[in-house]
Amino acid sequence: MSNILTIARLTVLEMLRRRLFLVLLSLTLLVIAFTSWGFGQITTIGTRPITRVEQVGVVSQLLILVGFMFSFTLAFSAVFAGAPSLSGDVESGTALAILARPVARTEYVLGKWVGVVITILVYAIPTTALQLFMVNLVVQYVPPHPFEFVGFISLEAVVILTLALALSTRLAGMVGGVVALILWGVGWIGGIVGGVGIALNNTTAQHVGTATRLILPTDGMWRGAIWALEPEGVIAATRAAGPALASNPFFAAEPPEALYLAWTVAWIAVGLGAAVWIFTRREV
Amino acid sequence: MREPATGGATDVAPAIVTRDLAKRYGRIQALAGLTMTIPRGVVFGFLGPNGAGKTTAVKLLLGLSRPSAGSGEILGQPIGGRESRRRVGYLPELFRYQGWLTAREVLALHCDLAGIDRAAWPREIENALAVVGLTDRGSSRIATFSKGMQQRLGLGVALLGDPELVLLDEPTSALDPVGRHDVREIMRTLRERGVTVFLNSHLLSEVEQVCDRVTVLDHGKVIADGTLAELLRADTVRVQVTDLSHDARVSLSSFGAVDDEGEWLIVRGVDKARVPALVAAIVRAGGNVHAVEPRHESLEDRFLSLLGGGA
Repeated sequence: MSNILTIARLTVLEMLRRRLFLVLLSLTLLVIAFTSWGFGQITTIGTRPITRVEQVGVVSQLLILVGFMFSFTLAFSAVFAGAPSLSGDVESGTALAILARPVARTEYVLGKWVGVVITILVYAIPTTALQLFMVNLVVQYVPPHPFEFVGFISLEAVVILTLALALSTRLAGMVGGVVALILWGVGWIGGIVGGVGIALNNTTAQHVGTATRLILPTDGMWRGAIWALEPEGVIAATRAAGPALASNPFFAAEPPEALYLAWTVAWIAVGLGAAVWIFTRREV
Repeated sequence: MREPATGGATDVAPAIVTRDLAKRYGRIQALAGLTMTIPRGVVFGFLGPNGAGKTTAVKLLLGLSRPSAGSGEILGQPIGGRESRRRVGYLPELFRYQGWLTAREVLALHCDLAGIDRAAWPREIENALAVVGLTDRGSSRIATFSKGMQQRLGLGVALLGDPELVLLDEPTSALDPVGRHDVREIMRTLRERGVTVFLNSHLLSEVEQVCDRVTVLDHGKVIADGTLAELLRADTVRVQVTDLSHDARVSLSSFGAVDDEGEWLIVRGVDKARVPALVAAIVRAGGNVHAVEPRHESLEDRFLSLLGGGA
């Protein structure tokens, strides 16, 4: 256990010293400041003042777009942090001196994972919370499930970084990173295809959506984050409009089922187990 | 130390034992059945040309690579297990340390991973920096270090925690002559303290100066093994001679292996007591002897001879 913490601490320190964390945080704070100012400008529709109901509708939908930016940034950051984490150490030779110590490969992989997860969560939780706080400060709007939003978006980042770390056991950082991002994109598109399947009542497309959400649960978590930001009024209005809006990648009427959340957690555990299994058997 | 050294039988076990240790990468046999026993307290030279399997053997010993066949022990513990690495220091051939850490931080990291008691870290770290001559750069980031300084740091890392066995893979490849001299002195000091040093080196003069025992590896196989005295015991005599016929030169092979270099004849494996008889035979055959030079065979001569490269 102490070796896991040592490697985790080393990984967090690397993120800090390499300024990844600083750059991410600085840019994100700029975006939060900019979007908060933007939300404050939504005071009219045409020339007439906006009503409170209209303001909530517009702000909630814009907040979902900002949420997608967080989802996107977190996925990319998780990939850039996870993809070279093991392969980079092996290629550079820094892993040689460490693994020649009484350190188990399992401890090394788990330590790396814990370090990257800590870094990503330390970035994700305060910044998303700050974004929601600023929106509330500027337009007095709190989405219906703010904690769930932070939770789902963080879980999405953990899924993609686990995938990137598992790929890092065998693939060079750049290759693993590209593969992870493509899969993340495929997962997102797969979710849209599933929605189109619902809209068109096409079972094949629905199955494609279900399959991609099972194979890589990032889009499933993103849908959970959308649901967390969606006001009840918008959900009711959209439901009334029929199934056609199910294909909208920025709309979700329901949260992920508990079974799907369990599947996501199991997916992370299996991905991490696979990373340990592969890395334990590779030559360094 | 966080955990004391294992007691009992492992304390008297040889530093390294391997039995038919082999490694195959696809079609390439990197190591073909390495069997050796290295006693405690010696400086052991592991020699061989590029691609002979030296680094492969070191990686197998440290569990960085998995053997295709065979087995071995380090300090009485089976290779590959974490216990076998508990009392071992290692300087890799590819020495790279975290560029974003300072030298002291790298040493602290390895103190932690080696299980050294935290109270002993400052002493261990400062001692390692002093031994490798980096005290004044201890607070500098590794990214600012030259290759030679990184290799010195790597040696310091390998010496942390009073290891019983130190494996050095080409430890002076990036060092200047002063640095190489310093490393030889460090190896001698380690031997005086009873530490076993496993030296993997291309520098034959270095091996000759510090090693007690040597194993020569080629194409993954041991082609010579023993103390330096055993390996270099064959005496060589150089004789400057004129007016000696070709047949007469050939007839001298009864004294030893003869290399005919024109005016100079080099006779290998000739016993010192038989040198007068050799000279007499040359004179009897009509040769004029101008000089006789007994020559101590160097490790380089022996190495090249073993590899069939002449000398």
